[in-house]
Amino acid sequence: MSQTVTVIPNNEVAFTDTKIKRPFFNRRPGKKSDLPMALLFLSPTLIVFSAFILFPVIFSFYLSFQKWNMFGGKSTFVGLDNYISLFKNPDFWLVLKNTAIYTFATVPLNMVFSLMIAYALGKKIYGKKLLRTALFAPVVISPVAAAVIWRWLYDPNFGLINYFLGFLGIGAINWLNDPSAAMFALIIMGVWKTFGINMILFSAGLQAIPENYYEAARIDGAGPWARFRNITIPMLSPTIFFVTVMSMIGSFQVFDLVYVLTSGGPLGSTKVLVFYIYEYAFKYFQMGYASAASYVLFAILFAFTMIQIRYMKDKVYGAI
Amino acid sequence: MSFNFSMVKTFKISKSVLLHLVIYAITIATVIPFIWMILTSVKNLNEIFIYPPKWLPSKFHFDNYVKAFEAAPFGRYYFNSIFVAVTVTIGQLFTCSLAAFVFARMKFKGRDILFYVFLGTMMIPYNVTMIPSFMVLYWLGWVNTYQALIVPGLASAFGVFLLRQFFITIPKELEEAAYIDGATKFGVLRRIILPLSKPALATLAIFTFMGVFNDFIWALIVINSEDMRTVQLGLSVFRDRYLTQWDLLMAGSVTAVLPILIVFFFAQKYFIRGITLSGLKE
Repeated sequence: MSQTVTVIPNNEVAFTDTKIKRPFFNRRPGKKSDLPMALLFLSPTLIVFSAFILFPVIFSFYLSFQKWNMFGGKSTFVGLDNYISLFKNPDFWLVLKNTAIYTFATVPLNMVFSLMIAYALGKKIYGKKLLRTALFAPVVISPVAAAVIWRWLYDPNFGLINYFLGFLGIGAINWLNDPSAAMFALIIMGVWKTFGINMILFSAGLQAIPENYYEAARIDGAGPWARFRNITIPMLSPTIFFVTVMSMIGSFQVFDLVYVLTSGGPLGSTKVLVFYIYEYAFKYFQMGYASAASYVLFAILFAFTMIQIRYMKDKVYGAI
Repeated sequence: MSFNFSMVKTFKISKSVLLHLVIYAITIATVIPFIWMILTSVKNLNEIFIYPPKWLPSKFHFDNYVKAFEAAPFGRYYFNSIFVAVTVTIGQLFTCSLAAFVFARMKFKGRDILFYVFLGTMMIPYNVTMIPSFMVLYWLGWVNTYQALIVPGLASAFGVFLLRQFFITIPKELEEAAYIDGATKFGVLRRIILPLSKPALATLAIFTFMGVFNDFIWALIVINSEDMRTVQLGLSVFRDRYLTQWDLLMAGSVTAVLPILIVFFFAQKYFIRGITLSGLKE
């Protein structure tokens, strides 16, 4: 049997087996939906978001199947042609290789270096705060300024780098003009620029490890390396995981540093994926092709992250 | 031979000394590029193109800065960068507080799903959105304008995430008392939550300011006239044009770097806290 009952404002009615007509905002006793208010509060964010993130993501996908030069008016549907020519283009593979080299060199170097420093900073050191500030400073300045400075440091004749190498008995290296050296130059600068972030993250992670684990291990006779291997690393594994994923995603998308340090040269030896995308979009105005390339980048990053999450399930302490 | 206490102590001290030496050496090595940049910016060209490099200039050429500002309108670049950065920072504080309040305190069906979708967008690489974003600007007729630099930065998933995590930690009793006294949702946000959230707001403000001030690629895409350039874009163009004039280039770099370094120096703990917050598990 069903009745319609109009609810009195106090929401005290409780005929659960009858259809009760409720005012829109008070559909269930005690449960008010904040939706209208929420939408109002969310509106600025949602508007900007829809215009500059939501729409672009979808449109970019659509564009990757079109041939369009933006100013010419109409776009032509070309199906998978953009993707096919992308994979057929040796330049694209070169670019992928460069990006991979940069990422797989920078990330491990970065992590080892920043972990060592974070570990050292965990011990008793005088001037710790000042040191931490100085070590973090490279992160804060703009990539453009950093690259200008390092261009000067890398000068083959007058730069500081070759000067210091001279002390070690190594001859001058033509860092930025020698195709085989340029990537090294980029990697070194990349590590310098970003290790501060990981240092902070590792410091936080290290501090979270309870001291009594180490004490117990010490009592049992474990040496420093054993303690590091069996306590520090496992307890730090969530942080290591986070740092690895974020560093890889960041390194794979490097652009500013490359643009100002080497402009992708010499001979394309430092041309990275985002640089490639930028050129095809804003230099050659092949929007479709560039969109396809950016989705390939997206897919690669997504795959990396998924793989790492899968890997994390067994290896990371306290994981999902 | 027996191990006595003073031997162990000497060993411990020398380990510590070694540690200090190594750490200080690494720190100095990290900081040398900055020092070199500053020193080079006040040298004369003939003292720059010298081998072996000379550390201190014989005379301080502060007029390099004057020359740099004459060669390119760094003053204008500066104004553009600061104006855009400050506007976006204030704007983001506004929009992200509103949005974070929704996800932290308001209830509606699908709220959490929407939040996670929102967070998910943080994973989308920048270049997927940059091409169509440019087109949106083009269709709006905003190419080469301040709006182009400001508006896209007004929404930030990271900002919403940061603030929401913080808002959740504020005890609800305070708001409930306010509601009983007849406050509106907006009033609660304004008078209770925000004042208590100053650390989180400061952290977000610093990160936003830094990100916008240091941005390069978006300005590169969107700006094509000299008077609209930001400092970073201007520095890059300057480098292209005055390729080997390192005295001017370093002066320009110092200009690009100084505001951020100053902000950083005074607000270090917010930078560090922001990074740590983004790394902690929920």
